[in-house]
Amino acid sequence: MDFEEYAAKPLLVAAGIAVPESGLASTASDAAAQAARIGPCVVKAQVPTGKRGKAGGIKLANSPEEAEAAAGRILGMTIGVHTVEKVLVEAQADIAAEYYAAVMTDQASKGPLVMFSTEGGMDIEEVAADHPDKIVRMAVDIRAGVTADALVAMLAPLGLGDRAAPVADMLAKLYQVYAENDGELVEVNPLVVTGGGDLIALDCKFTLEDSGAVRQPELREKAAAERLTDLEARAAKSGLKYIDLDGSVGILANGAGLTMTTMDMVRFYGGAPANFLEIGGEAYTLGKPALELVMANPKIKSLLVNFCGAFARTDVMAEGIVAAWEELKPDLPVFFSIHGTGEEEAIALVRDRLGMEPYDKMDEAVIAAVEAAK
Amino acid sequence: MIVRKGERVLVQGLTGKQGTFWSERMMEYGTDIMGGVNPRKAGTEHIGLPVYATAKDAMADKGFEVAVMFIPPLGAKAAALDAIDAGVKKIVCLTEHIPVQDVMYFLAAADEAGCQVIGPNTTGVVTTGESFVGFMPAFNQRIMRPGRIGVISRSGSLGTFICMKVVEAGMGTSAFIGIGGDPIIGTTTLAALQQLDADEGTDGIVIVGEIGGTMEEEAAEYAAAMKKPMVSFIAGAASPEGKKMGHAGAIVVGDKGTYASKKSAFEAAGVAVMDSPSQAGDLMRERMA
Repeated sequence: MDFEEYAAKPLLVAAGIAVPESGLASTASDAAAQAARIGPCVVKAQVPTGKRGKAGGIKLANSPEEAEAAAGRILGMTIGVHTVEKVLVEAQADIAAEYYAAVMTDQASKGPLVMFSTEGGMDIEEVAADHPDKIVRMAVDIRAGVTADALVAMLAPLGLGDRAAPVADMLAKLYQVYAENDGELVEVNPLVVTGGGDLIALDCKFTLEDSGAVRQPELREKAAAERLTDLEARAAKSGLKYIDLDGSVGILANGAGLTMTTMDMVRFYGGAPANFLEIGGEAYTLGKPALELVMANPKIKSLLVNFCGAFARTDVMAEGIVAAWEELKPDLPVFFSIHGTGEEEAIALVRDRLGMEPYDKMDEAVIAAVEAAK
Repeated sequence: MIVRKGERVLVQGLTGKQGTFWSERMMEYGTDIMGGVNPRKAGTEHIGLPVYATAKDAMADKGFEVAVMFIPPLGAKAAALDAIDAGVKKIVCLTEHIPVQDVMYFLAAADEAGCQVIGPNTTGVVTTGESFVGFMPAFNQRIMRPGRIGVISRSGSLGTFICMKVVEAGMGTSAFIGIGGDPIIGTTTLAALQQLDADEGTDGIVIVGEIGGTMEEEAAEYAAAMKKPMVSFIAGAASPEGKKMGHAGAIVVGDKGTYASKKSAFEAAGVAVMDSPSQAGDLMRERMA
């Protein structure tokens, strides 16, 4: 779950990391009022994505009038897939140097990774490509956390001199933000050194790790709204994993791997999947809401039901689908492929109650569903 | 293989609905389950097995080599640490949706203690005809029969399908290693591949990968020098960028974790990448000839 800058920065402040004075505005006149209070400022689009500056979503303003004009241009703008509804009006900083600092979950080391660079204010991937010597990294044992000594040692190759100790202190606080909030990523870019030598976080990205979010109820509320289609939002409420796609072959399968594969097979045989819909795992009894979802998608011209039961019992899943089919009577060609735990009972159910014959070969069911959608 | 016949298994969360159902299936298959853990029911018996308060108590009483976790997400870290402290050498962690920071914590503890963790978010492991741990239809003769093909899979459903295709082609499986669909897991594709490569009962290997992360690419480097024939399927060719496809680990971010990257890594290593998982059996047999 991604956080917008204005929602992420309070986490830094709580850990003792300085940020510029700021105020949130959702209209141009609000922005002017904030600028009157703050003085020379930066008006920044609040969207959960990078590259805001390149998209024209960040503008300097030296007066309330300029802030109003800047906010007027930024509000309503589209950045990536997001429409800007809020701007952060933030005091301009006196910048002597720009650094990059982050703590993130690292798949390679299976633990947290602290990353720091003296080349802040730009895309860290570009820095990694052009100036790999300007980046330092440290894998952390999450049981022990970070120590000042280890952080200072990590920074040594960069020759920060007197600045090494305060930077290490800031990184320790950043690690605390990550560890205490079930972070997946907390990134400050740029981390600014002011003319007076202070460290200030000018920007912040925070990602709350999805599975950890359940024990962070207050924090979770502050995440940027997930962009879901109507059907995706409906599925989420029913506890189903559903993703809208562009094609015409509806997909209902169990397990993430098999559901993805069913999409792949549809494409391989010349069709286009209309959705990802998984009813495996804990959701394997949700046949009816699953079928209702698929039927509510107007693009669907055929339906492919593909079950391969391991943990999930195919007879339980098939019972749900068959009962829902009898009740809803969809006017939709449907093709079944059923294998694994409970397959004999499941196949008998489809045969006896729907009068349909499941395909013995998955690929044949896919080909038939693709043909029917043409 | 990961769990051999005669190795004793402790079931953490034995008394729950799934723990009960699958423990019965495991015992029918021949898995040597020695007992279970549930602090609230310690001292009682459940489906004929002793119930302990902790894994340490179980270790002190009869001993065991493997712990399998039927434990809810927020209890998983404590359960894993209990098993590691008890001295277990293998943990099969079935739980999905464990907070990733908890996973990293107990994986670090397991690593230090020399304990292998399979999962989290795995469907389990099978040594065909000997023992299975987790929830796999190992007992279904149409899906798994003793043989000499090892299967590694991030997905339970698709892994099951692949095993069925191996059986249909007249072969059988030596082992199934479900490594799990989470982004951070104890036994990676590479680690599982090394185990199957070293296994005398395994002559050929099917790897079932999916989009997200770089585990397939790492395994490909090792596979290039392997003598045992190997084929693969990678799920997610038709998946959009930036979406978690059911598994927390199955996500393409920008140009990272893509199908194309994994396919080219395998092909460069001489590992065939199938267009359809239905080809698994026939292609494996071809490569074994």
